Amino acid sequence: MKIKEYNRKELKAIFNKGGNIVISPFIVNIQSSLPEVTKSIECLYSDYELITDDTSFTDFYVNICSRLFRWGYKPQARFYTDGRQPFLPLPLSQAFPFFEWGLNWCIAQYINTRLIIHSAVVEKNSQVFIFPGIPGAGKSTLCAALINRGWRLLSDEMAMVDLDNYQVTPIVRPVGLKNESIDIIKSFAPDAVFGKSFLDTSKGTVAHLKPSIKSVEQSTKKGVCRWVIFPEYVPNAKLQLVPISSAESVLKLAGNSFNYNVLGGAGFEALCSLVEKSESFSFTYSCLDEAIMKFNELVEKDGNTHSVYL
Amino acid sequence: MKGFPLLITVFTNLNSVDNFSLLEWDLLVRQARAAGVLPRLGYLLDQQGCLLRVPSSPLVHIQSAQNYAEKFKLTLFWEYQCVEESLKTLNIPFIALKGAAYVICGLNAGKGRIFTDIDLLVSEKDIDSVESALMLSGWKPGQLDAYDRRYYRKWMHEIPPLNHVRRGSSIDLHHNILPKTNATCPNAEKLIANKVATANNHAFVFSPEDMVLHSATHLFHEGEFDNGFRDLSDLDQLLKEFSSQDKFWDNLLQRASELNQKKPLYYALRYTQKVLQTSIPDYVISVTEQWFPRKAQAKIMDFMFLRALMPNHPSCEDLWTGFACWLLYIRSHWLKMPIHLLIPHLCRKSWLRLTGQKDH
Repeated sequence: MKIKEYNRKELKAIFNKGGNIVISPFIVNIQSSLPEVTKSIECLYSDYELITDDTSFTDFYVNICSRLFRWGYKPQARFYTDGRQPFLPLPLSQAFPFFEWGLNWCIAQYINTRLIIHSAVVEKNSQVFIFPGIPGAGKSTLCAALINRGWRLLSDEMAMVDLDNYQVTPIVRPVGLKNESIDIIKSFAPDAVFGKSFLDTSKGTVAHLKPSIKSVEQSTKKGVCRWVIFPEYVPNAKLQLVPISSAESVLKLAGNSFNYNVLGGAGFEALCSLVEKSESFSFTYSCLDEAIMKFNELVEKDGNTHSVYL
Repeated sequence: MKGFPLLITVFTNLNSVDNFSLLEWDLLVRQARAAGVLPRLGYLLDQQGCLLRVPSSPLVHIQSAQNYAEKFKLTLFWEYQCVEESLKTLNIPFIALKGAAYVICGLNAGKGRIFTDIDLLVSEKDIDSVESALMLSGWKPGQLDAYDRRYYRKWMHEIPPLNHVRRGSSIDLHHNILPKTNATCPNAEKLIANKVATANNHAFVFSPEDMVLHSATHLFHEGEFDNGFRDLSDLDQLLKEFSSQDKFWDNLLQRASELNQKKPLYYALRYTQKVLQTSIPDYVISVTEQWFPRKAQAKIMDFMFLRALMPNHPSCEDLWTGFACWLLYIRSHWLKMPIHLLIPHLCRKSWLRLTGQKDH
């Protein structure tokens, strides 16, 4: 059953003990009695399946809790994964972003059967775009804008590339936006559903955009990468899409990968194949509408791409 | 303790995974990860021909751990080669210990073994020249205060850890396997005299018997048992692999006496047999039991070790686990040094911790 089919009381009881949410390709057990966490999950993960029968294999056990004796005095949220505490506590108000960051860490830490590249991944007309994430480059903003114009979200955080066929496996989760990006996307897409804004985190203000029900429903459908775009947001800049060499693209992607060094030869092969089958560009933009128009052009004129480069 | 955890059932009978439900796989992967033996579980299942039958969801985690272990092995070989290179001209024999030795020798105990430091042993008279050579190659001691430095040099069996300035790898350089202050500290020259050559001219490892004894000594003087199960499983793997060698068991008993390590060997055999059902000849067990015939003491040690040596996962604990580990922690300090050194040392450490001057 989907999370939205449960009422708040039922969800509270389930997450108190720990509930298994299908965040394809993983099953994540979330345990938390903190309303800060369960309310955000209820809002942002409402289209996800909640498994209540006790027969599945759980990939990650995550527990966000607080300590009783600190209530009232600078209350803290603690993150545990299967009994281990890999991080220092954060202020209680940041409990939900802590869950999102912690889950990213679990995946990056424990999954080495796929190449994982820090990037936003979207798709249109069966063409996957990878936007590798150099901090501040605006990958999440671009990603949020695109998925509000009908593109499919595969991931806002990581491209998971299969090592045998080099397809990209989606891991659809809420899109984390920071600071000015939040208001930009709120005015760009007034219908978009946002979770609560979390102030004063280590990344500034953070808010999460709920993924579309369509993206969640298609989260088991893999995609083939066609475009690798290294974005850079520059205020008032003219839009520029400049091809870069495969070699440069491979090296830049390797630098953005969480486990390229662990995978050795297999990781290198995967990166090379991914780049060979795609076209790589560096991309400068200042206006989201222009950027989206440009990507639509790329998708539609695929096969005769040279005419659309600036 | 009621029965052993699932991980131990699997380590003693790999075929038991054949009928596992996904829920059992779930618990097995968690226990193996917490115990630091997830990659080893993968290699054992592979050797047994069971790996292909593992359901896809747990397989992702097992293979991920194996991929990590493979990469770790490559890094270790590279670092070890750098050590060889920097000590090449010294003409001083050096001995790789524990994890590094298992991996370099290609022993089963080294398959999927992950560790943080490369442990080396040289003769005490050579410590200074080896340390200088390593420092010239980029391994520098970390920041320690004067007390800690002096403590290491005066009482310990190793010098302060050396970290590589660029690659971050860490070397623990030993001249013995136990602190000098330990009442049963062996004569290191006897260990060195018995060394076995590897492919490289100056690089050595302990003889099989000494390797087992060192592993046992290390585990049964330990104060923290986060990796207790993994270390016990090391012993199980070493004993299984070496037991086919001619006169291994007799040599092992003899070396334990020569090196003053009867007690660790007694515990090693007792608990590998109790927990992992390692097959050990009856006469070997009875010889070691004659060394330590006191039944009551054995009961007390069982109470502690049978808890501390379980996988470090909440599902493998009972009400007494915390207490047992605390007692063993005290015991490890008790064994490490005589009381007239221990009390001032602990007072100093506690004072620094209480006053927040240092995070010990």
